[in-house]
Amino acid sequence: MLSMFVIPGHDRRLIPEGRLSGPMPWVIAIMIFLTVLAAATGLAFAEAGQNVSDQLASRATVQIIEANPDRKAQQTNDAAARLRGMALIDEVRVLPAQEIEELIAPWLGQTSGTQGGQDAGGFLEDIPLPALIDLKLARPAGDEELEAVRSAIKPLAPGARVEPSSSLISPVISLVRSLQWIAFGLVALLAMATAAAVIISARAALNTHKETIGVIHLLGGTDRQISRLFQRRIALDALLGGILGLICGTAIILLLGMQLSALGSGLVQSLGLSWYSWLLIGTVPILGMVLAMVTARMTVMGALKKIL
Amino acid sequence: MNEIVQFENVGLRYGAGIETLSDLSFTLYPGSFYFLTGASGAGKTSLLKLLYLAQRPSRGLIRLFGEDAVTMSRERLPGFRRRIGVVFQDFRLVPHLSAFDNIALPLRVAGVKEKDLTTPVAEMLDWVGLGDRAEARPATLSGGEQQRVAIARAVIGRPEILVADEPTGNVDPEMAVRLLQLFEALNTLGTTIVVATHDIHLLSKVPGAQMMKLEKGGLSDPTGSLRNPPLPRDRA
Repeated sequence: MLSMFVIPGHDRRLIPEGRLSGPMPWVIAIMIFLTVLAAATGLAFAEAGQNVSDQLASRATVQIIEANPDRKAQQTNDAAARLRGMALIDEVRVLPAQEIEELIAPWLGQTSGTQGGQDAGGFLEDIPLPALIDLKLARPAGDEELEAVRSAIKPLAPGARVEPSSSLISPVISLVRSLQWIAFGLVALLAMATAAAVIISARAALNTHKETIGVIHLLGGTDRQISRLFQRRIALDALLGGILGLICGTAIILLLGMQLSALGSGLVQSLGLSWYSWLLIGTVPILGMVLAMVTARMTVMGALKKIL
Repeated sequence: MNEIVQFENVGLRYGAGIETLSDLSFTLYPGSFYFLTGASGAGKTSLLKLLYLAQRPSRGLIRLFGEDAVTMSRERLPGFRRRIGVVFQDFRLVPHLSAFDNIALPLRVAGVKEKDLTTPVAEMLDWVGLGDRAEARPATLSGGEQQRVAIARAVIGRPEILVADEPTGNVDPEMAVRLLQLFEALNTLGTTIVVATHDIHLLSKVPGAQMMKLEKGGLSDPTGSLRNPPLPRDRA
């Protein structure tokens, strides 16, 4: 690929070239700018989805379903003690009633304390809510691990249910994955649009320099010699445009990143880019240049083959 | 004597029209000098295009340097084209290149190193009387000067065949004689020369040259050169 840039100056002069003089570098700059934004979005969603999945993959919740509060308390304590003794489980935490109350507050309203200066009237005791035990397993909570937990607590709490935490957030993960693939789809579409722009540009350049190309051909110039001239010119245009697009795209990503961080909530806050994502984004102009170069070569070689 | 060019029943048709060239059969021999004459529209330029591999015939056989040029693959054509020098009727100089760079073009295309081409190109510029116009662009040169650059470009690579389409059309009589002397000098060195011209007076200026005449796409043979191989010019 390097040989493409190492063309003697006198050969380069065969086709006049001026940097950033035509529309091509600017078109590429816009394409790369949009590609960088789409790629960053896709990568951020991919990382966020992965982070949340990783965090929840080894977590499970045990629900102790028992109407009698005393038996429920007894079963909860017994089950927690049994679970703490299992090598499979790293962490066992029985959720206090207060925390359960806060969890259901969005659906049932305040269940105790005061509301608007008046006693809200606690009714938690009147609702047969299950006790909850939060588990952190030593490995991802697959069917086998969940079955082991179920078997361990069944004799102590026959009505207990064990559910992986990931199932609770799977719709959100699914949405994030969809957004991720939409973003990557946009990257693919932009790559195709870039290739189309390069084809149009290469054809226009071929048309402009038709006479010169004809002379070089008749003097014994090969298709490869001629296509190298166009490849180099279009690759340099693409690289310059790509760098410009990358700089603008990176500035927008950093700005959005700061605004998202300021929101400071849940999944939104987990949207971020790791160093390898930044590395991938940094390669976008280079990939754009390679794409432009290959497209230009194929276009020029294809056009030259039509003449003798 | 081995033939350098051989045409057998060659016909050329552009599109669906009538044949521009019909049933051309002739042989050109190394070291010979040929004039190709004929009225405007007789097909001289079309015949030259077949000779310098800018066109494939619609039918017939063309052998060039002993190889079939009709079925030759595209990949092999550049190598053969480098053995042929061409002076185009419309010069076809590269407009943004200087006279020096235009003349150096065939050498650069052939991969000659820069240090090895400076002297021959400068000598060629001197030879065609343009030593002081090396850096001039074609647009700043007169028609005659452009033609001389085109001729210098065609001969710089010491081609085995030189094909010239009306090479003296834009120069004064004195320069025309000088150019013909250049062609003769090349011919003496072994280059086969084919000059298309409608000026039959040129024929008398090159002793021993043969004439082919194109009429309505067909070839006549006024000097018998196509029937009887000419002697090399140094023995003519």
